[in-house]
Amino acid sequence: MNSRVVILLALIWFPLTAYVMFRSALGALANYLLLPAIPSVIVLYVLALRSWRESWVAIVGVSLVSFWLLMAVAAPYLPLVDPNKPLVPFLAPGGVRHGILFLLGSDMRGRDVLSRTVWGCQRVLVWGITATSVAYAVGAGCGLIAGYLGGWWDEFVSFASNVLLSFPVMVLFILVLNLLGQSGFNIIIAVTCSSAPVIMRIVRGLALDAKSRDYIQAAQTRGEHPLWIMLVELLPNVRGPIIVDASLRLGYTTVAITTLTFLGLGLQPPDPDWGLMIKEAATAALLWKYSYMMIVPALSVSSLILGFNLIADGLREMSLRD
Amino acid sequence: MGNLIVRRVTQMLLIMLTVSLLLFAIFDSDQFREKAAVAELGGFGVATLSADDYHEWLEKKGLNEPFLARYGRWLESVLHGDMGQSIEKDIAVSVLLKESLTNTGILAFFVFLIMIPVSLTLGVLAGMNTGSPLDRVISIVAVLTTSIPQIATAVLLTVILALGLGWVPTKSAMADGWSFRGLPLLTLLLYDIGYLVRMTRAAMTEVMASQYIRTAVLKGLPYRRVILRHALRNALIVPVTLIFLELNGLLSQVVVVEVFFQYAGFGRMLFDAANFGDLQVLQAATLVAVCVAVGSQLLSDAAYVFLNPRVRFT
Amino acid sequence: MQIMSAQTNAAARATPILECRNLSIAYAGRTGDVPAVIDFNLALMPGEAHGLVGESGCGKSTIALAIMQYLGRAGRVVGGRILFRGRDLLAMKGEELRSIRGGAIAMVYQEPMASLNPSMTIGAQLIEVPMYHESMERRAAAARAQMMLDRVRMADGERIMRSYPHQISGGQQQRVVIAMALLSNPALLLLDEPTTALDVTVEAGIVDLIRNISTEFGTSMLYISHNLGLVRETCDRVTVMYSGEAVEVGSVASVFRGMRHPYTRGLFASMPVPSADKNSRPLVSIPGQPPPPRARPPGCFFGPRCASFVAGRCDARPVPLSSIDASQGHASRCLRVDEIAWDAAPAPGPGNITATVGDIVLKVQDLSKRFRHVTANDGLTFDARRGETVAIVGESGCGKSTFARILMGLIQANSGSIDLAGLELSKLPVTRRNANTIRSLQMIFQNPFDTLNPSHTVGSQIARVIRKLGVLRDESRVRERVLDLLDLVKLPRDFAERRPRQLSGGQKQRVGVARAFAGNPSVVVADEPLSALDMSVQAAVTELLIDIQRREGTTLLFISHDLSVVRYLSDRIVVMYLGQIMEQGRTHEVFTPPYHPYTEALLSAVPIADQRYAKRKVLLTGEIPSAANPPAGCPFSTRCPYRIVGTCDRRPPPVQEFSASHRIACHLPREELLAMQPVFEEVTQ
Repeated sequence: MNSRVVILLALIWFPLTAYVMFRSALGALANYLLLPAIPSVIVLYVLALRSWRESWVAIVGVSLVSFWLLMAVAAPYLPLVDPNKPLVPFLAPGGVRHGILFLLGSDMRGRDVLSRTVWGCQRVLVWGITATSVAYAVGAGCGLIAGYLGGWWDEFVSFASNVLLSFPVMVLFILVLNLLGQSGFNIIIAVTCSSAPVIMRIVRGLALDAKSRDYIQAAQTRGEHPLWIMLVELLPNVRGPIIVDASLRLGYTTVAITTLTFLGLGLQPPDPDWGLMIKEAATAALLWKYSYMMIVPALSVSSLILGFNLIADGLREMSLRD
Repeated sequence: MGNLIVRRVTQMLLIMLTVSLLLFAIFDSDQFREKAAVAELGGFGVATLSADDYHEWLEKKGLNEPFLARYGRWLESVLHGDMGQSIEKDIAVSVLLKESLTNTGILAFFVFLIMIPVSLTLGVLAGMNTGSPLDRVISIVAVLTTSIPQIATAVLLTVILALGLGWVPTKSAMADGWSFRGLPLLTLLLYDIGYLVRMTRAAMTEVMASQYIRTAVLKGLPYRRVILRHALRNALIVPVTLIFLELNGLLSQVVVVEVFFQYAGFGRMLFDAANFGDLQVLQAATLVAVCVAVGSQLLSDAAYVFLNPRVRFT
Repeated sequence: MQIMSAQTNAAARATPILECRNLSIAYAGRTGDVPAVIDFNLALMPGEAHGLVGESGCGKSTIALAIMQYLGRAGRVVGGRILFRGRDLLAMKGEELRSIRGGAIAMVYQEPMASLNPSMTIGAQLIEVPMYHESMERRAAAARAQMMLDRVRMADGERIMRSYPHQISGGQQQRVVIAMALLSNPALLLLDEPTTALDVTVEAGIVDLIRNISTEFGTSMLYISHNLGLVRETCDRVTVMYSGEAVEVGSVASVFRGMRHPYTRGLFASMPVPSADKNSRPLVSIPGQPPPPRARPPGCFFGPRCASFVAGRCDARPVPLSSIDASQGHASRCLRVDEIAWDAAPAPGPGNITATVGDIVLKVQDLSKRFRHVTANDGLTFDARRGETVAIVGESGCGKSTFARILMGLIQANSGSIDLAGLELSKLPVTRRNANTIRSLQMIFQNPFDTLNPSHTVGSQIARVIRKLGVLRDESRVRERVLDLLDLVKLPRDFAERRPRQLSGGQKQRVGVARAFAGNPSVVVADEPLSALDMSVQAAVTELLIDIQRREGTTLLFISHDLSVVRYLSDRIVVMYLGQIMEQGRTHEVFTPPYHPYTEALLSAVPIADQRYAKRKVLLTGEIPSAANPPAGCPFSTRCPYRIVGTCDRRPPPVQEFSASHRIACHLPREELLAMQPVFEEVTQ
């Protein structure tokens, strides 16, 4: 996790997030925003291939994820039809109409499925990564405090997280989104509420374990401030398990967002979204010959989550081998 | 051990109390009050209501009393089994709850019935022979099934089994016969089995690499005994605790599965109530959900203490 | 010089019960096989105890696992044979292998707690052996198990049978493992570092038990250890291993009295002898590191580190094992056996100047600390002078670590005082100490693998200490000081850019030393700094500490359970047991009579490799009592061989003074203490 990787990640994440969340406000600038992200994804992929080459599991995983990342950042520049424009309804995959090839067919309103699939991954990735990052910041922060400082801090944080953990995840989502309204930002809050307690527990366990190490005691005998110890001595050493868990959690969050959109609770139409595509197909086109409308988004989301899970498995395998 | 159980139960009661208070506060908030008004009087009716009339309506509903008093009354009625009335379906909430819980209960029963033996066996087999072809196959299938979200599994199963082969109906008409339960059951099972297999495999692999298994093997015990008596006893501790926690997980999973298949269970009831603004139902359902979740955590902790001699006998 | 194989030698006597012929074992690595054991030969006769000695990574444990055929997925035998009673072990499979394992060949492991199934009672685990090997029925098996527990001297066998492993102590667990191994009366017993994880006095009991196994049971033993002293006390013959090869083989008498390989000699020279102290006979460590398994040097593996190395000869081709004394079966893998002067005394050290001892710098008065139910420190009183090394000796639970933490301000005492040059430290937490105080009181930690933060470079960690303690501010001068400190601990300067995982255990510990001395402390507390290190590395770090202390005039508080090292480097000793000081005094006063009974037992428990010394055996009964339930009166009374019933278990012992510095807390009358016999005696050949 050196500075190169961080810069590349920033070059991908900031433009993509800005594009998805604030596109209307940016006007013409939006057309050029994603250009630097495209080579960044490719470079990041190559870097990952090199450092993880011993685990084919991780390679397959990172390939899947990189594929969708590339689709997300390259979407505006690919020769795709407008995903929201109704053209020819119920056209089977491979059909050509008006001189346009509908590679994956068109849905019940006539919109190109391929185009919607490619554009759809933008929202899933952006909201998924953002929500997970926020959950991590909160969860890891609380975990460090609870684990290292202990005492009343630990009691309080643990109790709060136990309260949150006593809600089944979906119930929690439904509650929060009904209470706060349905928007992307509220999804971030909902995801944080459900994921942060688990992250807190993991980081707390790691911190408790690291606390007994001699180098932490050495820092204490030097008179170092607890905050310094937590951030400079502890945090860098809990990296390994956290990266594995982060990958898994990105998978869970993607599931959550897709499911919420399916239930109509998440991001709002008409912008393309995989969950939305499934919902519309399940309600309006439940026939064998129209099943491609459901299968395409289902497989897409599965492949993305599979990618995250494989990365996590591969990283875990590699860390055990060392 | 008794000490631990008592402490845990007290903690759980404290959590339940906090949660019920939280829930009550949430549903008591202004947004939800408005929702309740909308639900009862209709959107147009609320819009045309003046501030005074609104307050009068609140008074009539008894929503203007001090917080704790209302909380107390609510708690009392809940403990007596009366959880209010469903606006949407116009029946008592408790009746609705009973119906939907029974339906979900049937699903849950079969899920556990099939999941437990299948996952534990597959997980143990995979963990016993880590790296073997059998292990690779089981692991890959498990990763696949846990990577496909249940929404996607539902889609794929519907397409293949219902639309393609016509073996089961697509929507659960809740008619006679049991075939309509097939798809929801299968959707739930695929994910849950995959998850439990992965956890069991991980536990078994760890145990097989431990030093006490080495001792057992080098003692000259037959392999069967090493596995059945020495390894399983330790490897299954964590999976068994996870099985109890599955109750909690199921409550989340049924929301999307039942909605997709239109199955009249707890999840769909919760979802419909949230959409419609049927607050009493939503509140009661959430309370029940939390009860089950907390209960399952308690059972899980108890199982862990019971199965792990290191904790049970200090 | 004849090259005789072990086979021809053995044919001259009876058939060996275990034979390894040209055994080679390798592990599958990422880029091909990595040899772990090379061309190993062994002939173990019935009833004989053979010791396999070497430092970590030399392959000794691998041999034991190969004999049991439990090398795991990555390891395999790539050459040679293992014969058990004349039959090829490696060819055995299935039922045959199963009946031999645990039946004819049994094994005792290094970590007893991890080797027992945590979910089964001891009894259940024990009865499996006769039930499956002799088809005994349950009740008879239980009776046999209990009988065996008696024979390994476990009191209260019935209760033990019903207990789970975590409910009994480490020493008891190891006795259970030994009992389990002996239950089917095996012909061969493999012991893999059986006492490494145990306390010293507990270890002595187990060692005594093991020693009698061959006489009581007639079992042959292969005893694997890194401790030469233990091997001398338990074995008849010994093989010294280095980097996968056997470098010297012979009877214990011939090898220990007349060693003929530079490595063996190096090992001996790095161990402190009972009579030596730092001024008269310094420890000589072996320079360098063992070669990495993938990149062994050509010819003699030990060559690069050997003082008698001759380029062109020693690195020309692989060196065979050549016989020195056929009657004793003594052989050595050294080309220059006849050329080296083996009996020359080691070169006298670089004129070790005795450091001048100054005024009292640290004064501890009646210090006490209680945790909820446990009295960790009870009335500690001693002091330390400038330039002096004071050793605090005791086993687990004696409270020495608690004392160190109070001193460093990580926890606070309940009562009593610690006076450091006028400042009262007993209740002053480290967060409230000023920079000067922190700077002058630093610590070296026990576990070298944890003592450095794995995520930062070595240089940055030392620099942080320098900056935080306010020693220097200017960046370039901080940098210089870091390099100076690396010089001080004899590490190359470019280590400053390395991360801890690139360093060995000994090197990491040196960095720990550098870090402690970064601020020119006046008192350094070293908490078991050597326990996790190999023998020859211990010598190097010990010499380093002495050297630095001498130069800087620092006061060193050396906490340890290893009496031989303590004897070597300390000026004064404080012996603790269960929170109280049992005896304190100058080193030579503590090591010669009068002894506190506990000190006597501790001294007797130290394994000695040097053949010139004989040791009186003093064995303690029972286990170290739990600190939560200390006995009334004298804490040692439950195990003391001299215990006076009615006095020792009722009233706390009085402190008797035998000189200005020598004090013993004991009820025994003064004359009896003075009349005690010394534990060590020089043996005239």
